[in-house]
Amino acid sequence: MTPERIRGLLVQPEGRLALITLLVFLLMAWLTPDRFLSVQNLTSMAFQFPEFAILALAMTIVMLTGGIDLSVIGVANLAAIVAALLLTQIVGPGVAEHGTFWVVVAMLAALAVGALAGLVNGVLVAWLGLPPILATLGSGLVFTGFGVALTGGSAVMGLPAEMAWIGNGRLWGIPVPLVLFAGLALLLWFVLTHTAFGLKVRMFGANPLAARFAAIDINAMLLRVYVSAGMLSAVAGLLIMSRANSAKFDYGSSYLLLAILIAVLGGVNPYGGYGRIIGVVLAVLSMQFLSSGLNMLGVSNFARELIWGSLLILVMVINASPNFRILPRGWQPPGARQGPPG
Amino acid sequence: MSADGEPLVELTGITKTYAGIHALSDVGLTIRPGEAVSLAGENGSGKSTLIKVLSGVEQPDRGTIRIDGETHPHMSPRQAAAAGIMVIFQDFSLFPNLSVAENIAVSAELASGARVYNAARAHGTARRALARVGAELDLQARVETLSVAHKQLVAICRALAADARLIIMDEPTTALTEREVRTLLGIIRRLKADGVAVLFVSHKLAEVLEVCEHVVVLRNGRKVADGPAAEFDAASLSRHMTGRDIAQTSPAPLDEAAPLLLEVEGLTKQGAFEDVSFSLRAGEVLGVSGLLGSGRTSLAKALFGLVRPEAGLIRLRGQVIPAGDPIAAAASGIGYVPEDRLTEGLFLTQSILHNVAIGRTEAHTRLGVLAGHSAWAEAMDWLRRLSVKVPDPQAPVRSLSGGNQQRVVLARWLARTPSLLVLNGPSVGVDVGSKAEIHGIIADLAARGLGVIVISDDLPELLATCHRILVMVDGRVVDDIAAAAISEAELAHRLAS
Repeated sequence: MTPERIRGLLVQPEGRLALITLLVFLLMAWLTPDRFLSVQNLTSMAFQFPEFAILALAMTIVMLTGGIDLSVIGVANLAAIVAALLLTQIVGPGVAEHGTFWVVVAMLAALAVGALAGLVNGVLVAWLGLPPILATLGSGLVFTGFGVALTGGSAVMGLPAEMAWIGNGRLWGIPVPLVLFAGLALLLWFVLTHTAFGLKVRMFGANPLAARFAAIDINAMLLRVYVSAGMLSAVAGLLIMSRANSAKFDYGSSYLLLAILIAVLGGVNPYGGYGRIIGVVLAVLSMQFLSSGLNMLGVSNFARELIWGSLLILVMVINASPNFRILPRGWQPPGARQGPPG
Repeated sequence: MSADGEPLVELTGITKTYAGIHALSDVGLTIRPGEAVSLAGENGSGKSTLIKVLSGVEQPDRGTIRIDGETHPHMSPRQAAAAGIMVIFQDFSLFPNLSVAENIAVSAELASGARVYNAARAHGTARRALARVGAELDLQARVETLSVAHKQLVAICRALAADARLIIMDEPTTALTEREVRTLLGIIRRLKADGVAVLFVSHKLAEVLEVCEHVVVLRNGRKVADGPAAEFDAASLSRHMTGRDIAQTSPAPLDEAAPLLLEVEGLTKQGAFEDVSFSLRAGEVLGVSGLLGSGRTSLAKALFGLVRPEAGLIRLRGQVIPAGDPIAAAASGIGYVPEDRLTEGLFLTQSILHNVAIGRTEAHTRLGVLAGHSAWAEAMDWLRRLSVKVPDPQAPVRSLSGGNQQRVVLARWLARTPSLLVLNGPSVGVDVGSKAEIHGIIADLAARGLGVIVISDDLPELLATCHRILVMVDGRVVDDIAAAAISEAELAHRLAS
């Protein structure tokens, strides 16, 4: 590659992010070479990140419309609890006979819960016109509350052995969660870039008023966005349940912040209108490298949340500052060309 | 009056550049105490930039600002206000929920440094300011309940209460009736006698010429005329503003056999428009005009379903269009080009292609997949037909000039082959050349059998493009005139009556 082409890549946010991901990887490999680069660590990372990465995909599609979904983790846990209760309480001991069949039924039930929860969010935002941040903050508490009410606050255990496959199994030697995440990321990329729906999502995010004046069916579009986010959250909930071999209302409570952080770090504009799946994937990887590396350096979980929070603010400050450039002055991304005033 | 006295404000060689474009180049302006000056120019001529420089909001790149003989190299808005330079914007920037007295006294109260609001003192301030212009208002009335003319009066008094020596009025007459304009001129005369200078900024200045000593005309950021007001009339002003004699064109005559396209019956929306009925034939261009607040924009939005009328029917080719549903309106063949291109019409950060193609996504979807190639090709084709100069179709649409941006919105709707196009302010903020081309596009569309409704307060534009003109006053259609049968002056009179 010529220096010109490398520069051309680096002007794009995703290009910069790829560089950052690589740097984080090299730094962690250098700090703890024997452990970070071990096959065991690399595969354990591949099992770990898909659950929050899928939540980040859910966050991404909502953020593209200029909204936010604070209910993702509440939906994930509620969907997992419903699936777990179906397997352990309703089907009960009979599960052992047709394990795979009932696990599939339970997963479909979880997806239905996710879709229903997304529908609630969509109606609140699209038809009732509530601000997404408040609508989903409230609905997230309601979903978590349902989870508590259904379980009395304790974990649902005793899941059939077949349930372990989705979170811990391998397909052609590749961890199933990784396959699932890759598939969903590809699907979302395709939907956002190759369908009318995807184009409308971005256009609405760029200017909701103009979308209304252009006769775009805004309500139907928003409804589909929130239902998709709810179903993605349900998939993440199933992964969490499978890996923990139980379901509980407060699993993955740090994932909400992480999902927002990844979406923003991945270049998704929190005001809507811009975001690419490749950026989100790179952000997921860099966060997982950072997380594993900090783990090996013996940094406590509490310190990690502090680091996530600071990172989120830092990334937004950098994105908001027109003066920030890692490249020499005069280099501007293609999107930053200024028109004449007025 | 002291026309020969020391200048109050003296600008020399003011130059201001935005992103390489000269908004102002080498502009000078002198205003003496008690003098009224007209600053004329079309949209985009640099009038607003000059106001910003004069009020300290923008720093000029070159040139000097002298007030009372003292040079201000870096004048801030506070320094400008302290020197008595006050701007009254078109929207007056009043506090609608506060009383007349509070609105008038607010600047003076803040300037006095008092930490506690004193109602008695505020009332005194307000009464003195009103006395200076010889007007009476209920001091307790909430400003939102006042008429436009009275709001303007409150804004003038607020400037006086803050010791204004130069009042800059941005488009002061656009929302006033003829009688209110006469009252305003009376107030201006009193202010001048009081030693206060006034700068009118407008693209419609003929009506204030009689109180002005001096006229300055800007065009493309340059001063093109400067002289005593007596030397100008409406025609010479417009010639200086546009740089040419605008040949009065009129639309091609309407085919007698053209079928009925649109029927509007008794359309009513409380507080916006009342009992509006009219019809439109295919190939006809209908103008809708009225002052600001006459209901013309609400009516336009109602035709496209953006405003839901309480009563009345809209029929397109005999089919009733569901009220208050823009998607249904668009599906039945109505297109709407909004008034405010930047906030309502365009997705500024998105590409030019996407801005056009967004209207046609369904038509280019096969098995759920958007056929990018055909969608982009169609968009490019429409951009070419409207001769939009597109150096890079992937560039964000905000990189285009005003005239080209307007054509992008037009292209989006034309790609849907509508049968009725509602254009709200089709040439607001575009340069003179583009304006003529947009008028050409309108004529062309009508010739191909589209019904076009043009909503505008630009009378020459209406006369040049429309077959018929509806005049709206206070939400009602008061006149339905054949455009060929009326002069501009007569039309202006009917609007403001």
